[in-house]
Amino acid sequence: MTMTTASPEHVEHLAKVYGEPLIELPRDLYIPPGALEVILESFEGPLDLLLYLIRKANIDVLDIPMAALTGQYLVYVEAMRQSNLELAAEYLLMAAMLIEIKARMLLPRPPRVQEGEAEDPRAELVRRLLEYEQMKAAAAKLDACPQALRDYEWVSVRLADELAQRQPQVSLQDLRSAWLQLMKQARMTQHHKIKREELSVREHMSLILRRLQPSNFVAFDALFDVASGLPTLVVSFLAMLELVREGLVDITQSAALAPIYIKLSDASALHT
Amino acid sequence: MLPPYTPEDYKRVLETALLAASEPLPLAELKRLFDEEFDDDTLRSLLADLRTDWADRGVELAQLASGWRFHTRAEYQPYLERLKNERPPKYSRAVMETLAIIAYRQPVTRGDIEDIRGVAVSPNILKTLESRGWIDAVGHRDAPGRPALYATTRAFLDDLGLRALSELPPLADLERMVDATDEHRGITLATATVDAEAVSAAPMLDSADAPPAPAQ
Repeated sequence: MTMTTASPEHVEHLAKVYGEPLIELPRDLYIPPGALEVILESFEGPLDLLLYLIRKANIDVLDIPMAALTGQYLVYVEAMRQSNLELAAEYLLMAAMLIEIKARMLLPRPPRVQEGEAEDPRAELVRRLLEYEQMKAAAAKLDACPQALRDYEWVSVRLADELAQRQPQVSLQDLRSAWLQLMKQARMTQHHKIKREELSVREHMSLILRRLQPSNFVAFDALFDVASGLPTLVVSFLAMLELVREGLVDITQSAALAPIYIKLSDASALHT
Repeated sequence: MLPPYTPEDYKRVLETALLAASEPLPLAELKRLFDEEFDDDTLRSLLADLRTDWADRGVELAQLASGWRFHTRAEYQPYLERLKNERPPKYSRAVMETLAIIAYRQPVTRGDIEDIRGVAVSPNILKTLESRGWIDAVGHRDAPGRPALYATTRAFLDDLGLRALSELPPLADLERMVDATDEHRGITLATATVDAEAVSAAPMLDSADAPPAPAQ
């Protein structure tokens, strides 16, 4: 921290690099080993790194100083290599290409027959750099576009028939008549009952009879306490059937599918 | 159900159908809603009206490559995020650059993409874009290995709220890019920030195991 906070009046030099005093902070990158991975990851390859170096130094792309650029590039590559980062082959290939261009620029050009402008060895590199930069900018712009599921959501009213195949409508009445039908069949075949069940049914028969005592007609539904749970409902229902079988209650219904009413049969009313 | 008579009635029908749909509805599909044979312009003006009706709501009607669809407005996304457990998908620069090259230069092979980016394209990048339904292989180039040619899909345009490729953000002008501008410096700003932190966190530079200082 002293390096950045100390004022120049008190410290003659900021640091020593290879024994040489460093008067001002290097304008270029210093790469501590820990940060290297971060920096390397922030580049999308050798073209990206080269573009960074060029744009940072405000270099004219059409007149790249190959020696300086190659030198800087190699420093980066060397730093990556030294910290044992897995160096992608592309970086080495680019290094070789830079050196080749640099070398070709040093060579005296053979006198050419006038066949247009002699091609600059850097031309291909410049073309690739610009093309990449163009796409890099395009990618940033695309990323800035509002994107479904990231920046907004699709709106869709959920329809029930999208989730399940459309089924026929079933009314409560249908269910009840199916249940009664089942019970009727069950009564035909069921001769033997388990003792404990029998007792429980008997108990409910009494409960139902008790509720029927004072009034004349009670609605079928009113005799079932839905909150008491399925087993109780079934037992109540069996009890009801048993009462009918034993002629203790009468069940009436004025028309098909109309409400069902229960009342004590005349015989049992006399008993009490 | 009474048959619709007024423009308001027709708009309600369109609105209901669009809200109930789970994908963009093209004009041809919307026409099937009515007994009347509407021409495209009439239907479009009804839809434009409907869009205006929703102008001050949190949901808007958008015209996309595949048709019309309602979506929430981007400014309300921060609120919707609070109801979610996951972060929204954010694609890496590698994915976005690959997508940009396919979008602007299509159809392209993997090799074309690698030429422009200067690095190998990992299969995961293409897989990511394919599974999102944004790109697909539209054919093969008649070259050794018959490499697949990739192009962007309608779903890509839909998801970016575009009607056609021509609505993509225009490419930067190459001539202007030749001059280094402040804009370019802006692009490298993120990297520069890392550098600054790196410098302030640097140990004494003359320690023996310090990596070589970069050349000036």
